[in-house]
Amino acid sequence: MTTVSSIAGHVNSANKLLEINNLNVEYYAANGTVHALTDVSITLERGQILGVAGESGSGKSTLAYAITRLLRPPAVITGGQILYYPQHNSSLLGNTAVHKNSRAKNASSPGSELVDASPQAMDILQLTPTQLRSFRWSELSIVFQSAMNALNPVLDIGTQIIDVLHTHRPTLSKDARHTRAIELLRLVGIAPDRIHSYPHELSGGMRQRAIIAIALALSPELIILDEPTTALDVVVQREILAKIIGLRNEFGFSVIFITHDLSLLLEMADKVAIMYAGRVVEMATCAELHHQPRHPYSYGLLNSFPTLHGPRRRMTGIPGFPPDLRAVPSGCAFHPRCPCAFDACNEHLPRLLPSTSETPEQVVACHLYDPRFNTEEPPSNADFAAKYEANYEAIQGRRNLR
Amino acid sequence: MSAENREVKIQSAPLPEYTGDTTITREPSQAILEAVHLRKYFPIRQLTLFGKGLAVHAVEDTSLALSPGRALALVGESGSGKTTMARMLARLYDPTAGELLFRGKPVKVRGKRDLRAYRRHVQIVFQDPFSSLNPIHDVRYHLSRPLRLHGHAHNATEEREQILALLNRVSLSPAEQFIQKYPHQLSGGQRQRVAIARALAARPEVLLADEPVSMLDVSIRLDILNLLLRLKDEEQLALLFITHDIASARYFAEDTLVMYAGQTVEGGPSEEVIQRPKHPYTQLLISAAPDPDRMQVEGETASTVPARGEIPSLINPPGGCRFHPRCPFAMPVCKERFPRRSDLGGGHWTHCFLYGDGGSSGEEAQNASKQTSITSTPRNL
Repeated sequence: MTTVSSIAGHVNSANKLLEINNLNVEYYAANGTVHALTDVSITLERGQILGVAGESGSGKSTLAYAITRLLRPPAVITGGQILYYPQHNSSLLGNTAVHKNSRAKNASSPGSELVDASPQAMDILQLTPTQLRSFRWSELSIVFQSAMNALNPVLDIGTQIIDVLHTHRPTLSKDARHTRAIELLRLVGIAPDRIHSYPHELSGGMRQRAIIAIALALSPELIILDEPTTALDVVVQREILAKIIGLRNEFGFSVIFITHDLSLLLEMADKVAIMYAGRVVEMATCAELHHQPRHPYSYGLLNSFPTLHGPRRRMTGIPGFPPDLRAVPSGCAFHPRCPCAFDACNEHLPRLLPSTSETPEQVVACHLYDPRFNTEEPPSNADFAAKYEANYEAIQGRRNLR
Repeated sequence: MSAENREVKIQSAPLPEYTGDTTITREPSQAILEAVHLRKYFPIRQLTLFGKGLAVHAVEDTSLALSPGRALALVGESGSGKTTMARMLARLYDPTAGELLFRGKPVKVRGKRDLRAYRRHVQIVFQDPFSSLNPIHDVRYHLSRPLRLHGHAHNATEEREQILALLNRVSLSPAEQFIQKYPHQLSGGQRQRVAIARALAARPEVLLADEPVSMLDVSIRLDILNLLLRLKDEEQLALLFITHDIASARYFAEDTLVMYAGQTVEGGPSEEVIQRPKHPYTQLLISAAPDPDRMQVEGETASTVPARGEIPSLINPPGGCRFHPRCPFAMPVCKERFPRRSDLGGGHWTHCFLYGDGGSSGEEAQNASKQTSITSTPRNL
C-alpha cells in the first residue's frame, strides 16, 4: 500500500483522471475461488491512451468491468479502490452532500486519507446506484468486446443514440437530441442519412462506429474499449483506430484500450500495462516496451507476433498454458513457463519496481531486476531470445525422446 | 489426349501410395495439387420475376499450385473468397468452372468412393476448433475414424498404436491421457492439435489449413504454426495456409497469394510480395497491418490509409478489377475489364493495369511502381 501511494504521489495530481489502488476481484465458483485480479494498481492521466494486454484469462476484461462497476455475482470486488478525479464538479454527480456521503462511507476504509487529500476524488466503488447511474456514460463509457452484437436489432441506430440522450439528458428537446445524434454519426464517419438504418443494414465496421458514437454521446472523460476491433478486418480495424485517436485528439478524453494484440497497442497507446494471471507484471511507455521489454513474459508476448520487417527467424511464442486462477502458482505466477526462472521465483512474490535506474517509469514485477535476488546484469533482448530458444529446444528434445 | 485418358482413376482405400498414371514426365518438385481457373458462384434462391437468377460470385478465375514441402499463404479480408477456395480444393464445394489437377491429372469425383479416395490425399483443418470436433465423441473416436476409413488400421491394436503416434506427433503428451478426453476437456490449442492429428491420420500429401490459429490465444498461435511448419518439413506436406494476417503469411509460407473479392490480385515469393508490394490492395493490406516498428515514425495522427470503404457486394460485384471503387489509382480501363497477369520477375506477378496489361515488367511498370509506392510514404495512425 505504501509503495503504491508513493508512486502515485509522483504523478501530477491535476492531470490524474483515474487511480486504481490494489484492486482485487474474485469469482466465487463452485469448485474454488478464482482470483481474477490481484493487487492491480494503475494510474491513468487525462488524455492518455492506456493499453492493457495479456492472454485470455489474464484479467483484462475483468478490470474493465470492475472500473465500470458492471461485475455481477459470482464476481466480487474484495478490495482496493478506484479513484476518479472529475475535471469539474459536475452537477450530474450530485451535490456536495452526496460527496460527503460517499466520503463518510469511505472513512472506515484504509484508503480514506487519499480521498481526503484530493477533495475532488471519488471512489467509484463507493458510489450509490443513483450516483453510478449519472456517473456512467457522462463520465465513463465502455465499448464491449462483442460490440458488433451490442446493438438492438429491432431499433434503428438513431433511436439507440437518442435513447441514451433521452435517459441521461432528459432536459434536452427532441430537436436537440436529433441534432446531437446526427452530429455524433458525422463524428464517427457515418453519413447522417444512415440514422434510420437498422443494424443489419450496416457492415461490421459501421456497426462498430455506431457503438463508438453511442459511447461518445455524452462526451465522457474516459472511454474503455474492450477488444473493440477483434472481429473486424485489418483495413477496417485501422480506420476505426485512426478514428478513435482522431477523436481523442479532438476531445481530449482518455482511453483504456484492452486487447490481446500487443503489436497494435505499441502503435497507438501512450502507456501499456501487461497483465498475467490477474496481476500487472510490467507497465511502461510504448517506446520503452518496444525498445526493451523487461519482464520475460512481455518479451514472450511481443515475440508471439510475426513481424513485417527484419530477418525471418524462428519465433517460439510462450511455452505452456496460462495458469488456473483457482490455484495460482506460488511466487511469480509466470515461473512455471518462464525460461529465466530461478530459485527465488517460486518462493517470493515479485512487486512492481522500477526496472533500472535509467528507466524509472518502466515498472516490472520480476526478481531479475531486484538486487536482493539477482546481482547480475538484467537480461537484454538477445538474452531473452537465447533463453526462449533454449527452452523451446529442450521441449522439442523431450518430445523426441518420447 | 483423349478425355478418358486424362481422367485420373482414383482407387478407393486401402491405398499405400497414390497409383494414378504417372507416365507423363514431370519435374520432381512439381506441384502436387493445382487449381486451374477455378470459379465458384453460389446461386441465390429467391423469387425473381424477370431476368436471370442472382448468384454470389465468390471466386473468379483463380489458379494456384501447391508443392510438396512448401507452404502457400492465401491472404485477404473476409469475403475475399479464401475459404471458398480451400473448400473447393478439399472438394467440399464443387467448382462452378475450372479444373483441379492432382499430380498433373484432372480430378474427377463421381460419388462417395472417389471422394474418399481424394480425401485420402487432401485433408483440411478448419478455423474453429470449438466446432470442428464432435462434442459427444472422445479423441480416440476422432482419430480412429480416418484410420479405419482410409484403411491404415485393421484392428484395435494397430489403431491404438497409430493414435498414440499421431498424438505424439502433434505434441499432445502424455498421449495415453489425451486419447480418452472429450473436446470440452481440451483447451483451444489442444483441440486444434487434435484436428491436425485427425487430418494427418489419413496420411495426406496436401494439408489445407483454413485460418488454423485465428481463434486461438496469442501465445498458443506460434506453437501451432511451428507444429505445422515442422510437419511440413518432416513429411514433405504441401500446405495451403489461409490467413488474414499478412505478417504470419510472411513467417509461415514461402509463397503468398493475395485475394480481393474473389479475384487474385498479386502473388509470388512471400518476402518479395510483402517487402515490395505492387498491387494497391496489397499495399493497403500491409499498411493496415499492425506494425510496432512504425510507431517511431513521426507524423500527425491524420489517417493516411490510402483507400477506404469495404469489400463490395459479391452478388453484383463492380466490373473489371473489383478493387477499383477503393483504389486511389483507378483508371477508366479498370472498370471495363480485369487486367491480365503482369510478371514482375522472380516469380512475382500482379493483376493491375499500373504494371501494364500482361507481359513482363518494362520501363513503364517500373515508373508506375515509383509513382504508386504508397508504402514509402510515412504512415501513421
